[in-house]
Amino acid sequence: MNAPVHKEHAELASEFVNNRQRAKWHDSSLWFVRQKRDRQTQTIPEWEQLRSLASTIKQHTLAKLPYYLEEFERNATKMGAVVHWARDAEEHNRIVCDILKNYGAKKIVKSKSMLTEECHLNPFLEQNGIEVVDTDLGEWIVQLRHEPPSHIVMPAIHIKKQEISELFHEKLGTEEGNSDPTYLAREARYHLRQKFVQADAGITGVNFAVASTGGVVVCTNEGNADLGVSLPKLHIACMGIEKLIPRSEDLSVFTRLLGRSATGQPITAYTSHFHGPRPGCQLHIVIVDNGRSAIRASQDFQNSLNCIRCGACMNTCPVYRRSGGHSYSNVVPGPIGSILAPSQDPKSHGDLPFACTLCGSCSDVCPVKIDIHHQLLTWRRELAIKKIVPWTKRWSMSMASIVLKHPWVYSVGGKVARLALRVMPRWMIYNGLNAWGKQRDLPPAPKKSFRELYRQRGNSNGQESPSHKTNVSNGSKDLKG
Amino acid sequence: MSVKNQFSRAVLAMRVGLFIPCYVDQFYPDVGMATVEVLEKLNLEVDFPAEQTCCGQPMLNTGCTSAAVPLAKRFVEIFAEYDYVVCPSGSCTSMVRNHFHELLHDDPGYLKLQKKSFELCEFLHDVLGLTRWEGEFPYRVGIHQSCHGLRELRLEGCSEEMRSRPQKVKGFLSGLTGIEFTQLKRPDECCGFGGTFAVAQEAISVMMGDDRLEDHQQAGTEVLTATDMSCLMHMEGIIRRNKIPMAVMHVAEILAGRKPTKPWKPSEIKPASA
Repeated sequence: MNAPVHKEHAELASEFVNNRQRAKWHDSSLWFVRQKRDRQTQTIPEWEQLRSLASTIKQHTLAKLPYYLEEFERNATKMGAVVHWARDAEEHNRIVCDILKNYGAKKIVKSKSMLTEECHLNPFLEQNGIEVVDTDLGEWIVQLRHEPPSHIVMPAIHIKKQEISELFHEKLGTEEGNSDPTYLAREARYHLRQKFVQADAGITGVNFAVASTGGVVVCTNEGNADLGVSLPKLHIACMGIEKLIPRSEDLSVFTRLLGRSATGQPITAYTSHFHGPRPGCQLHIVIVDNGRSAIRASQDFQNSLNCIRCGACMNTCPVYRRSGGHSYSNVVPGPIGSILAPSQDPKSHGDLPFACTLCGSCSDVCPVKIDIHHQLLTWRRELAIKKIVPWTKRWSMSMASIVLKHPWVYSVGGKVARLALRVMPRWMIYNGLNAWGKQRDLPPAPKKSFRELYRQRGNSNGQESPSHKTNVSNGSKDLKG
Repeated sequence: MSVKNQFSRAVLAMRVGLFIPCYVDQFYPDVGMATVEVLEKLNLEVDFPAEQTCCGQPMLNTGCTSAAVPLAKRFVEIFAEYDYVVCPSGSCTSMVRNHFHELLHDDPGYLKLQKKSFELCEFLHDVLGLTRWEGEFPYRVGIHQSCHGLRELRLEGCSEEMRSRPQKVKGFLSGLTGIEFTQLKRPDECCGFGGTFAVAQEAISVMMGDDRLEDHQQAGTEVLTATDMSCLMHMEGIIRRNKIPMAVMHVAEILAGRKPTKPWKPSEIKPASA
């Protein structure tokens, strides 16, 4: 669109699809997860009620967010945690860095947190002489490759095991050509264990923060968050303001939905609750806005803050599965990312709401009932108003609108176009300008439109009751390709 | 048809305004004719107001709302006089029912229209209360669940949701003698058409279409059908380019008693049982 700093989704997607075999592999890997999700959700008869309940709880919490945030702060502080407030990514990074510096921490282990990705915490800490190691296996793999995660739950889903084998051989000195997953996982564990033991502090994200108790809940499958905050004496938990839920009783609604939606598991392997620091240790909770208040204030996009980051919309999205997470050029890719990204920076992410067929699968799979595809449509309108949709598109749609306001212009235009399609030689129709025709034929262009056939039939039949067989069908099925 | 006898005088007296999507009017006139025949078989009074052009969905879907508003206004005026508006497209019906609100808000004319606009199968099922359709169609049929019909109009239950819904499309077709339905690996994945997406994201769009057709081929589909000609236009384009032996028909054409032809060779294909 207005010259974003990165390539647009359509171009990156096209590059991804160029390797058709790989795109197919990527598609099947994610479809496999979607099917696992289906099997798990089928075991819960009240699934749709759970979704509604979860959505209601989130909407209630968002409506009373200032109240619940303050209640959370009070209760967390009572248990000895230190609560910090960050307006944006920059303030968040500074707060985290200051805590680490004051403590004298040099080596940090971090479990998966999309918020710290969103704030680009790692490069900031590295600039300040602090080493950060991502301890989620997938996240660590993409960190070793110096690339961003391509999925919010499975960060390395785009990488094949052979490529991981090569990466580990190069970076960790594992056996060349050995891509046995168990071998590679053991090697990763061996290397990560040393990082855990040496760490001065652990950073985690937060899946849920309970206002009535002041506790935070972290869900992982690898136990890396628990190890990362149990060995060092300093734990920093970073969360967006939308992670709040009112009471502990509400938690089970979400834990039942999260694991099933994310990876088709009944529950994540670890659901860890942190209520204040351990004796002799410190717990800091950094609560970040970074644009969320603006989303909360917008009627159209408010319920996107329901998101519990399960990634189900990515696994189900037919475009995401075939274009890969990196084609979105955003920390959170896929359908939900395409709503969140333009609210951060419409100019640079204005292409994302168009990277979608509006099929609606994301909205139906979403465990917290975000109307994702309708919000993507609304974003298209917002972008057109901001003139971020290219002028060619806006101009052609305005012209089409003028034509369509005048039935005779439309009819004559249609007739001329169909005639042209019938008489023009193939090379004139199928050329570089015709994106439709690159890998597809255009529909056959019949001599008569429906309105012409309908009119003629009225003239010849009069008002007599229609017979079972009408002759008009032959003319239109004249399929001389 | 015996079904017509089931209807009361009130039903038979109603006037149905036919909404034929612009691209169907121009490129698939027989789908429009088949729709007329299906409704007239039921002795309904059907009228096609010739002033209609397009509902404005292409404009709305590209974000060009201001270009869509005048088309939506025209549409409401043109169809105001009918008791029902029936359309052989789930997507265009959804535009009227679910999205005109963004353009016309609480315009009283629109709110009336919203309640009386139906996709063809939905009209037969919800308004006329039909559950079966008589006729013969001895072919292996693959149903493409067009997304807007499926998830915006809820013509059938979708694989994401854990609830059952009435089958307003498959239900009708299953009454036809000799029909067999093919089992797909992915019963309701999008075909990749998506309006301007088909051109703006050509590579993904075609891969999605290829994948759908591959699924239908492995399942043994002879006739590919849907409630939306737009999805079928996209997949037919791939079928014709690659000479895939599969016929493409709109649901209305099957209900109207048409026989399938291969889209790239006008010879009739053999019935499944042969």
